[in-house]
Amino acid sequence: MSEILLETRALRKRYGGLVATDSVSLAVHRGECHALIGPNGAGKSTLIAQLAGALVPDAGSIHFAGQNITGFSAHRRAALGFARSFQITSLLPNFTVLENLALAVQSVSGSSFRFWRAVNDETELFERAREILRSVGLEDVATRPVGSLGHGEHRQLELALALATRPQLLLLDEPMAGIGPEESERMVALIAGLKGRYTLLLVEHDMDAVFRLADRVSVLLAGRVIATGTAAEIRANGEVRRAYLGEEENA
Amino acid sequence: MSWPLFAEQCLNGLQFGLMLFLLAAGLTLIFGIMDLINLAHGSLYMLGAYLVASLAQATGSFALGLALGVAATAAIGMALEIAVLRGLYRRDHLSQVLATFALIMIANETTRALWGVQPLVLNVPAALSGSVQLFAGIRYPAFRLLIIAVGLAVALALYFLVARTRLGMLVRAGASNREMAMVMGTDIRWLFTAVFGVGAGLCALAGAMLGPLLAVQVGMGENILILAFVTVVIGGIGSIRGAFVGALLIGIVDTFGRAFIPTGLRALLSPAVADVAGPSLASISIYLLMVGVLFWKPQGLFPARG
Amino acid sequence: MNHLRRHGWLLATLAVALSLPQLAALCGQDFYVSFASRLLIWALLASSLNLLVGMGGMVSLGHAAYFGAGAYVVGILSVEAPGWSSALLVWPLAVALSALLAVVIGAVCLRTRGVYFIMITLAFAQMLFYIFTSLTPYGGDDGLSLAKRLTLPGLAMAGDATFYYVVLAIFAACLTALGRLQASRFGRVLAGIKDNEERMESLGYATFRFKLVAYIIAGALAGLAGALMANQNAFVSPNMMSWNESGIALVMVILGGLGSLWGGLAGAAAFLVLEEVLTGFTTHWQIVLGLILLAVVFFAPRGIAGLFAKQP
Repeated sequence: MSEILLETRALRKRYGGLVATDSVSLAVHRGECHALIGPNGAGKSTLIAQLAGALVPDAGSIHFAGQNITGFSAHRRAALGFARSFQITSLLPNFTVLENLALAVQSVSGSSFRFWRAVNDETELFERAREILRSVGLEDVATRPVGSLGHGEHRQLELALALATRPQLLLLDEPMAGIGPEESERMVALIAGLKGRYTLLLVEHDMDAVFRLADRVSVLLAGRVIATGTAAEIRANGEVRRAYLGEEENA
Repeated sequence: MSWPLFAEQCLNGLQFGLMLFLLAAGLTLIFGIMDLINLAHGSLYMLGAYLVASLAQATGSFALGLALGVAATAAIGMALEIAVLRGLYRRDHLSQVLATFALIMIANETTRALWGVQPLVLNVPAALSGSVQLFAGIRYPAFRLLIIAVGLAVALALYFLVARTRLGMLVRAGASNREMAMVMGTDIRWLFTAVFGVGAGLCALAGAMLGPLLAVQVGMGENILILAFVTVVIGGIGSIRGAFVGALLIGIVDTFGRAFIPTGLRALLSPAVADVAGPSLASISIYLLMVGVLFWKPQGLFPARG
Repeated sequence: MNHLRRHGWLLATLAVALSLPQLAALCGQDFYVSFASRLLIWALLASSLNLLVGMGGMVSLGHAAYFGAGAYVVGILSVEAPGWSSALLVWPLAVALSALLAVVIGAVCLRTRGVYFIMITLAFAQMLFYIFTSLTPYGGDDGLSLAKRLTLPGLAMAGDATFYYVVLAIFAACLTALGRLQASRFGRVLAGIKDNEERMESLGYATFRFKLVAYIIAGALAGLAGALMANQNAFVSPNMMSWNESGIALVMVILGGLGSLWGGLAGAAAFLVLEEVLTGFTTHWQIVLGLILLAVVFFAPRGIAGLFAKQP
């Protein structure tokens, strides 16, 4: 089996009486597309917040590329190659698409404590930014202010920003949330194109997309991982069917 | 430190803290519910003190002047809310700072134009000008006792208003979740205006109570405004209980700091150093308290929002 | 065309600034020379605050702390080390000490954000204000008069026109540096933090460090402004760090234009000229000024810079 890139060991987080993360041990292998699914309230958001460094776990640890990153801040995680896209679009609204990307590229190309030279003269930043925009299909709107884009384009830009930081692992937090079927299809194709080049941790509600994209799937229920396996294994898992998939069929 | 001195400083601290609470209560609600930084809150305190002083002189009765002055200030506060501040609720904090800073300039200069540059005299009513034997060896000015009584009564009344009435329920809902308050009443603008009126009335009450002790003059609002903001921040924005605890804390720390830090330092340091360090340390003690509180609890002692 | 117009404005401003002492002499109003020095010093203070508020989104209501600190470095040295009369020595010292103060205060204040940041910066400024108020060896409440201005080699600094040119040169240099900074990598990161700090964190930026550096630069420039003001007035007092001064600096920034390079100058000029003109009409000029500021909030929220900008 290949090397483990991201791992949580007995991660635990509670709010008062509610255990939101209940000894979660999760292993994401380098190069795989690992999906995390679970019904609303299963504790996905809490887990993601801990992985991204926005929440401190009560117990357990998080390891990334062989390093214990449990106490690391969000920016240190990002610098290690752990990028995330946000479920609720989080961009720089007053910047153009290209400027958003250039800032993301800048964060991984040398110190930003430079006070004199105009950033617009650094053509290599913008070339790299345009390259990434082309790869996600946003080159036509490069000079538009982010505020004027549609929701689907926002989701694509979210992904582009994460890609621009040269990550080893991409944490994609519901990339399909709130977009139409056509754009959804485009996003699936985009993510499929990333497979193999990046390690992906995909958190998604769209089961169709999950089963098309994921190499392995982990199922979260009431704060616990109740099953991990290939798409086929998860489909066949009785406990998962009862707890989760069945519930959806009834709905 | 002698017992009577200690007891007297405790009462002074309590008295100052309670007056601070009158200012901070309105400020924290306006801050918490409408998310408005109102720098002009101190101007209502000044205006209230001027109105009470003038009306007391005109009517010859402190009590009558007080009642009329408080009512007039509440009316002015509500008019101000309707005319100007209402337009600022949805603006950013910077615009609010600029606009209410402008209101301070207008209020100060208008006061100067109407009443002149000389401080106004507000006399303690004759019946309360003496002092009272409290217990063995401790006499305390009667008027200061009245201030404490008024402060406690207002605190109690506010507690019942907020905890037991429909208005209070809306206020609490608004302080913890503004969107929810918006949903609960189709038109809650009247609530904002009412809260503002109550806040302005409390300002005037504090101004009238402190007027005989401090000078009634232009600029009196700014110094106490900052103390009120410190109180609100220490207590937690939007929390009446926080404002109460914070105000008493500041009243005690400030009073004791001024009374005992200079003498205490003289025992530790050389007189030359102590004479400089003492007063400065005493006057910044409450700010140190605030920085300490924010360092450990960035949302204040009793955060109103989760 | 737009380019040409902008250069036209720049050249015209520069021409007026350079010939101001001669123009004032022609009108027989030498008073305007020191008025212009004062205006430029305020503009420097406002520009430094604009770096914090307009570019970095950190609303400080205690920026005058550094203004006063820089001034007191000049004031206290004139008492303790009267021999240190060279501005080349004292001004850099004022800048350095203000920056140092900003490191300490900034490291604490930047743990908070939003209204808490506004209030904690105010609290620190108040602390300094009260400390200097009770510092009786250096005048306490009453402030401290300086015997004479600091010296610069080859210049007669006592002359108001000479001092004006020195201030003008310093202001121009600082504004140029701020302009470079705004367009630099650092400036972009700061603008990004203002827009969406969480996103910048997740892109790998240690936002606290960037904000602290911006805070230190702003404090240092405000300290320089304070040192200049001490020389301009030959007087320092705790009032220079009162919250009223912090408020006025903030008003200038908003009046001039948040985040706009020329905002500090435009705001200082507008505020001081208004004050100058209005005092000529009425002793109660503050009422009129207050009403004008209210009008700005409600009708020109983007300040003077907004009036010149293209309509979106």
